[in-house]
Amino acid sequence: MSNIIKIRNISKEYNMGVEIVHALRDVSLDLDKNEYVAIMGPSGSGKSTLMNILGCLDTPTTGLYEFNGLNVGKMNDNELARIRNKEIGFVFQTFNLLARSDALHNVELPLIYAGVSSGERKKRAKEALEQVGLGDRITHKPNELSGGQRQRVAVARALVTRPSIILADEPTGNLDSKSGDEILGLFAELHDQGNTIIVVTHEEYVAEHSRRILRIKDGLVESDIRVDNSRIPNGVREELTS
Amino acid sequence: MLFLHELREGIRIAFEAIRANKLRSVLTTVGVVIGIVSVTLMGTALEGMNRAFDESIESIGADVLYVQKFPWFTGGDDWWVYRNRPDIRMEHASALERYSVIPQAVSPAASAMAGISFRERSVEGVFISGTTHRYTELSGTDIMLGRFMTQAESESGRPVVVLGSEVAERLFGVENPIGQLVKIRNHSFRVIGVLDRQGSFLGLFSLDNRALIPINRFFRMYGQRRDISIEVKVGSIEMIEEAIEEIRGIMRRERRLEPWEDDNFAINQQEMLTNTFAGISMVIGGVGFFITGLALFVGGIGIMNITFVSVSERTKEIGIRKSLGAPGRSILMQFLMESAFICLLGGVLGVLIAYPLSLIIDQVIPTAMPVSIVIIALTISFLVGIISGFLPAYRASRMDPVEAIRHE
Repeated sequence: MSNIIKIRNISKEYNMGVEIVHALRDVSLDLDKNEYVAIMGPSGSGKSTLMNILGCLDTPTTGLYEFNGLNVGKMNDNELARIRNKEIGFVFQTFNLLARSDALHNVELPLIYAGVSSGERKKRAKEALEQVGLGDRITHKPNELSGGQRQRVAVARALVTRPSIILADEPTGNLDSKSGDEILGLFAELHDQGNTIIVVTHEEYVAEHSRRILRIKDGLVESDIRVDNSRIPNGVREELTS
Repeated sequence: MLFLHELREGIRIAFEAIRANKLRSVLTTVGVVIGIVSVTLMGTALEGMNRAFDESIESIGADVLYVQKFPWFTGGDDWWVYRNRPDIRMEHASALERYSVIPQAVSPAASAMAGISFRERSVEGVFISGTTHRYTELSGTDIMLGRFMTQAESESGRPVVVLGSEVAERLFGVENPIGQLVKIRNHSFRVIGVLDRQGSFLGLFSLDNRALIPINRFFRMYGQRRDISIEVKVGSIEMIEEAIEEIRGIMRRERRLEPWEDDNFAINQQEMLTNTFAGISMVIGGVGFFITGLALFVGGIGIMNITFVSVSERTKEIGIRKSLGAPGRSILMQFLMESAFICLLGGVLGVLIAYPLSLIIDQVIPTAMPVSIVIIALTISFLVGIISGFLPAYRASRMDPVEAIRHE
């Protein structure tokens, strides 16, 4: 398996005026293709900071971050935007869809910034929406969709650029348990299809769907455990976690 | 290619935003609308005045000099100096005719206001000019009907008259005026011709409300001792300076002026009119465009303000777009397009309002709205949008995606 993410001794400091906050102290991490990782930790542990850095929304203060062999720490804003666009698919807790645009245009959005032609964009966005089971909802605006459906639009948007990793931040946090399970089921499917998934969560049952659990505390990696639950069939696993 | 996609998306978002905030967008444009209305009306009025002036000035040949007591344009304080100058008289005209070699023609002219009547009909306040048979050589005027006075009629001062088209129309209507007898100050004159229509000077006074009679007849009616003006046709623009010097020499000799004495006559030429008019229209234009600039500036501030509001309202959207890989320039363009199109909307509204207004103003002073003014106005409004939108758009483009996306 090939390395996608290589992190060595990164730290992140925020200058809050009077004091310097060490959000991350010394984190090292390797991530391979087709991994399914859960990053866990209480609030204030630094997991959001780690996610922002992993997602190239932010850069570390010190340390090395290589994404597919590229040194992200040295990149300017535009280069970071390009990496986010091509290599990372985000799924947020609050969905973060554009309220005024329909599902299709929301999914098209990253392709616009990738410079994909209009016809190709529509075709790929439609395919992505079909993949998450919303082929019949493409002209619906977010307020005409349920929470679970909105999150599935967001997943389609994350998939549409065929990114190297899908980065989900508390993807089930705003959903009822049934919709949450549907999303987790979708992640499992995507993982089976060969996608690399990182989920940031503080909920154990979300983490249990993953194959590797990374616990963060006080800006340090507390534990990094690989779990092999691949042999448990989907239905049984859902029973176990519910 | 990528740039075009982003531009298209920027324009799409801009229209969506304007549509979503119709009232706000229209209210925001008020300042720009006022600015564009005034820029358009200003340009329209100036253009109209220039055209009217050019048409009016055509009747005065560019190569014609006017020897007169008063210079055409003077500061108010000098008026008494000019007032006390000796009158220009027929003997000066004769001297110029006799001694000058450069000019093609010299024609004296005296004028007065009087009423003209034909039977029971009369026209008051007609500009009566006493002139000679050389007049048609000097002015650009043509005869529409009949003929001009002959040398014999001119020299002997026969009671003949050539009417301006307006006078002829008002006295005779559709009748043929040629050969009819009209009365000027109770003297009878036979109408021998009617001048071509000349229109009005800057729309202020009609050039057709006049009548031409032989100058010798004029003197018999109004007396010999009258200030006249002498028109001198030089024949070529290049010779004007030499001709002026020659006329000056002859006039000074006639007036017996010592070398240290100033000229006590004026040699006027069309160029003075042109220069003065250019000066006036520059002042009007300068003041107008200053006011316009102020209106556009205020309008621009309004646009800037609303773009700031728009940026802060859509901070989250900016965060989302950035997290999906929108580069800063794409966000910049999105908001620039929004402010530019709002301004362009204001520009279009402004032109739509200015056009009927210009038709109303046309009743008072001549106006003309060429396509170029419309294009200029729209370009200006678009640029105002780009300039005033730049600061907020730039701020949006520099937002930190992590901060922006958390914004509610």
